Amino acid sequence: MVDVAFEGGSAMTVRDQADRAQVLQRLRIGDIAFRHLTRAAAIVVLLILGGIIVSLVIGAWPALEKFGFRFLTSEVWNPVTEKFGAIAPVYGTLVTSLIAMLIAVPVGLFIAMFLTELCPLWLRRPIGIAIELLAGIPSIIYGIWGLFVFAPFLQQHVQPFLIDTFGNVPVLGNLFAGPPYGIGVLTAGLILAIMVLPFITSISRDVFEAVPPVLKEAAYGLGSTTWEVSRYVVLPYTRVGVIGGVMLGLGRALGETMAVTFVIGNAHRVSPSLLAPGTTISATIANEFTEAVGDLYTSSLVALGLILFVITFIVLAFARLMLMRLNARVGA
Amino acid sequence: MALYETRRRRNALAKSMAVAATIFGLTWLVLILAVLLWEGFSGLSLAVFTQMTPPPGSAGGLLNPIAGSLVMTTIAVAIGTPLGILAGTYMAEYGRYDKLAFVVRFINDILLSAPSIVIGLFIYEVMVAQMGHFSGWAGAVSLAVIVVPVVVRTTEDMLILVPDTLREAAASIGLPRSLMIRKVAYRAARAGMVTGVLLAVARISGETAPLLFTALNNQFWSLDLNAPVASLPVVIFQFALSPYKDWQQLAWTGALIITLAVLALSIIARSLASARKSS
Repeated sequence: MVDVAFEGGSAMTVRDQADRAQVLQRLRIGDIAFRHLTRAAAIVVLLILGGIIVSLVIGAWPALEKFGFRFLTSEVWNPVTEKFGAIAPVYGTLVTSLIAMLIAVPVGLFIAMFLTELCPLWLRRPIGIAIELLAGIPSIIYGIWGLFVFAPFLQQHVQPFLIDTFGNVPVLGNLFAGPPYGIGVLTAGLILAIMVLPFITSISRDVFEAVPPVLKEAAYGLGSTTWEVSRYVVLPYTRVGVIGGVMLGLGRALGETMAVTFVIGNAHRVSPSLLAPGTTISATIANEFTEAVGDLYTSSLVALGLILFVITFIVLAFARLMLMRLNARVGA
Repeated sequence: MALYETRRRRNALAKSMAVAATIFGLTWLVLILAVLLWEGFSGLSLAVFTQMTPPPGSAGGLLNPIAGSLVMTTIAVAIGTPLGILAGTYMAEYGRYDKLAFVVRFINDILLSAPSIVIGLFIYEVMVAQMGHFSGWAGAVSLAVIVVPVVVRTTEDMLILVPDTLREAAASIGLPRSLMIRKVAYRAARAGMVTGVLLAVARISGETAPLLFTALNNQFWSLDLNAPVASLPVVIFQFALSPYKDWQQLAWTGALIITLAVLALSIIARSLASARKSS
């Protein structure tokens, strides 16, 4: 098609000129069409997000209309009497994610420090790849492993120990009250920690590597130790990026479904004990949606999904803003 | 001297914490893979690939969920890839600095890590509730919604890496912009874009949550996309939570198949990406 436009040369007849104009016209139309096609595809991405929000709001409307604000404050979840409240799953979601972040953030930062400051060069790549493989394993694998291997292990070895050690301590005792079920809030939190660890590690490593070597060398030159360089030079310099990475990991933990559903026990109650079974928003939806009878039940589950989406949207948007600020600074 | 001692001790402590954290992280990878290989391989046989999912208490295979997963993944990629590539093209080639591209980039990054169960609810509301029944189409579309942001992201990143001199050279010989993109920019970024698609396939082949109430599940051989279709992750979910030993064994074997597929895909994607970098 293009070649035609180039043919013709100097001895151009009227017909050639007409042909040439025609080809040019065709190219021009093709150009405009392609531009609009790509633009439309970009807009479809926006429409997907809009569609998610609109469909969730419409689906959740009957429940929100019926229960109003009480939906957010009630613990009751009774399909028989059709009374639904979101507090138990919201509580479970927040607590499991909190446990996950408490473990994964320090461990992830230390691994990133190891990879950027301490690790021999030849080991960096293999460990980096291993961490990324851990990130690529589908969440259902974590779930099945948690159910058959990790939960029984915790039940037999770790939880009795926790109960014996902390069970009689005044305040802490409440966290570790009750029998060791194996499955429960603590187990779900630990599995989530293993799952988000690679995300936090790989983002922290990337931002740590972006620290200008001159800064680190200057600190080393003054006689700083590795720890002091990491703590007082690298970490302050990369703070924004690290927070972005942590929020990204938190977004994962909040929305994670399969790994949690296997090990949380699906019990709709708010229990102070971490060993007790609980539920999260995503686990509730995964467990009950196909069996939900009645519009109000379904609608309440969609309303839970809406709450989850709003929470993760805020967390992820915050994460992106942080990472964008970092990029803007690096670019400047 | 006391200050030096404290600093040295604190440094030694931090260093050993870093080593310990790394060992801790790698231990989980080894533990999970070891158990998975052990449990999965002990149930791996030809029957797994040739027989249907069994009723409880009898032997069988995973043929129908494997086929269902393959079909739905293929359709999802067929829908999601062109859409993602076109949108990524707009952001890198036409609207690199305009407002629309900025907003799309932001929204796309959020979609990239949005909870997949919410996408399942979305497709349930849009397709399953409207059509009145669960279907393989709904499952495929919900997977496509997950493919799009992954492909958009990698396409944009890879096109931005293409040197502008190539574009200018193409423009200087009079190539229209759309042809320049298709014949020059795409060709230069091809390896990276293929990597993006492979990563998207890896991502959706383990996705369970969006299929639970879109494609549902099917105990029998069926590739009718207007009816519920079995998929590997959903069957693993159902079988693992069942009390039957045969089913649990099949769940492990299915988990092994998915993991091997995902790992193979990401290794191929990685080697493609690094081959491009070194050349």
